[in-house]
Amino acid sequence: MEREKVIEVKDLVKRFGAFTANNRLTFDVYRGEIFGFLGANGAGKTTAMRILCGLSRPTSGRVLVAGIDASRRPEEIKKRIGYMSQRFSLYEDLTVRENIELYGGIYGMSMKEIVPRREALLERLSFTSYGDMLIRALPLGLKQKLAFAVAVFHDPEIVFLDEPTSGVDPVTRRQFWEMIYETASRGITVFVTTHYMDEANYCDRITIMSEGRIVALDSPSALLRQYGTASVEDLFVKIARPQKNTV
Amino acid sequence: MKRFMAFVRKEFLHIFRDFRTLIILFGIPAAQILIFGYAVRTDLKDAGIAVLDNAGDGVSKELTQKIEASEFFYVKKHLNSYEEIDEAFRQGEIKAVIIFPGQIAASVAREGSATVSIIADGSEPNTASLVTGYITGIVSDYSSSLTSAVTSSLPLIVPEVRMYFNPGLESHFMFIPGVITLILILICALMTSVTIVREKEYGTMEVLLVSPLKPWQIIVGKVTPYFFLSLVNVIVILLMAWFVFGLPVRGSIPLLIAECMLYILLGLAIGILVSASTSKMENAIFISFLALMLPTLLLSGFIFPIENMPVIYDYVSMILPPRWFVEIIRAIMIKGAGFAYIWKETAILAGMTLLLMVISSRRFKTRLEEEGK
Repeated sequence: MEREKVIEVKDLVKRFGAFTANNRLTFDVYRGEIFGFLGANGAGKTTAMRILCGLSRPTSGRVLVAGIDASRRPEEIKKRIGYMSQRFSLYEDLTVRENIELYGGIYGMSMKEIVPRREALLERLSFTSYGDMLIRALPLGLKQKLAFAVAVFHDPEIVFLDEPTSGVDPVTRRQFWEMIYETASRGITVFVTTHYMDEANYCDRITIMSEGRIVALDSPSALLRQYGTASVEDLFVKIARPQKNTV
Repeated sequence: MKRFMAFVRKEFLHIFRDFRTLIILFGIPAAQILIFGYAVRTDLKDAGIAVLDNAGDGVSKELTQKIEASEFFYVKKHLNSYEEIDEAFRQGEIKAVIIFPGQIAASVAREGSATVSIIADGSEPNTASLVTGYITGIVSDYSSSLTSAVTSSLPLIVPEVRMYFNPGLESHFMFIPGVITLILILICALMTSVTIVREKEYGTMEVLLVSPLKPWQIIVGKVTPYFFLSLVNVIVILLMAWFVFGLPVRGSIPLLIAECMLYILLGLAIGILVSASTSKMENAIFISFLALMLPTLLLSGFIFPIENMPVIYDYVSMILPPRWFVEIIRAIMIKGAGFAYIWKETAILAGMTLLLMVISSRRFKTRLEEEGK
């Protein structure tokens, strides 16, 4: 049985002048999947992700996100996705509750929908006592978890996480990944870029990009078998670095 | 609309939660009005003078009394000799010394004329010319009364001067429109550029851009609160002008408010433009202050009359919005002029606003596309 595709990318090309940032990318992402996007800095991850988020238009190729064409109606894509960046993205001078209200509101939810969901969320994260505290008063780990919860608060079809765990301690990273699993189990597709190779193991499938191309795409275990390496880190060094050095 | 309102609400929360923002928004304007209104004066009040009266007769006493009776001067010192003059000036408590020659009354009676010397402290040229001007005025006033009394012949030609619009030559008349002009453009441009750049610096702009909010909604949402708060500011300043300095708005208040709205929009557009050219808050503050504060102070005609400047400055000042707004607001507040008298300035400001908005929205868009690629 064919699984439902939420992202379909075929022959995606993005050029900036003479520079080709994305060179004929082709991949699909399935609903409820945790899809890891790996690559050295400058490999073209961010460019591809910006196109998938509707922030930038592909030069050529076909990109469908949640069934919507990224070249034609990027604004529609924005309503159906969630986003969390490596840079911390909640407002420090607003309280936890106000931040949730703000993002709920921006994604078109009414206060009637927001309030019960917000309270349920705070309950689930055992954050209720922090509800009226300013974000700046919270420890980083809590902020990061909350930022993720806010990114999926409006039940997007896909959530894009751009290096969400950089600068977070291992315990929080672990908890963070538990939240990611929980989200994926609710049918929300998770598209994540990361620098931490051990995190790649947590993904259902990973893509490794190098110099604008996809050089590997499969489940982590299948890739390890294919290339005969012991860890994703070795794999990454083996396939993403040498090409880089030849240029 | 719902999305937009959620965003505007957040903007208001930012402002009301940040003490410093509130101080800048409301504290500084009030302080500036008071500082400019009371401390910086171009009119004269209670200036200390010294008198060296070598005559001690009727004329010198009467004249001294007359000078002291005016609200402009008080006699700080009575000197006894020429040697004391230098010392008196050095102490810095007096602005001028009036010297009556010996037997001035006799000289007036016998020859029909006499000379009174005025020595003013030239280290402050503006004050010195004011002081000498006022004293000369009082002396000639007194002398014409003497002439008619003594000789009972008509004096020659006596000019009768009246200051239209501002009979008392009060300097608040000049400063309050200027302060409104300065404050509005500073606050609008400064606050908007800082608030937009702050989103970039904290990385929240990225999240907003990925959200369904359209870029124009983000920008309009960011400046909306400042538009309303600036209007509140205008009203506060006008009330202060009225109750503290007794300067009412002589023209139409709705017209004045409408012109202020136009000018506020212009300030906001400048702020957006500044925010599009930098992603550091310090830069935004620096640009706003340097590029706006100084030209507004120096070239808008708010303190220094443009007519007195070399003609090149006149042309330079023409591209500065404050110059036109100062004229508009003076016309409405002090002359009570209607729209028919200021449509030209208004049209220029409206054109500038439109132009700035087009440029800044373009720049904003291209910046967003460049960023993070």
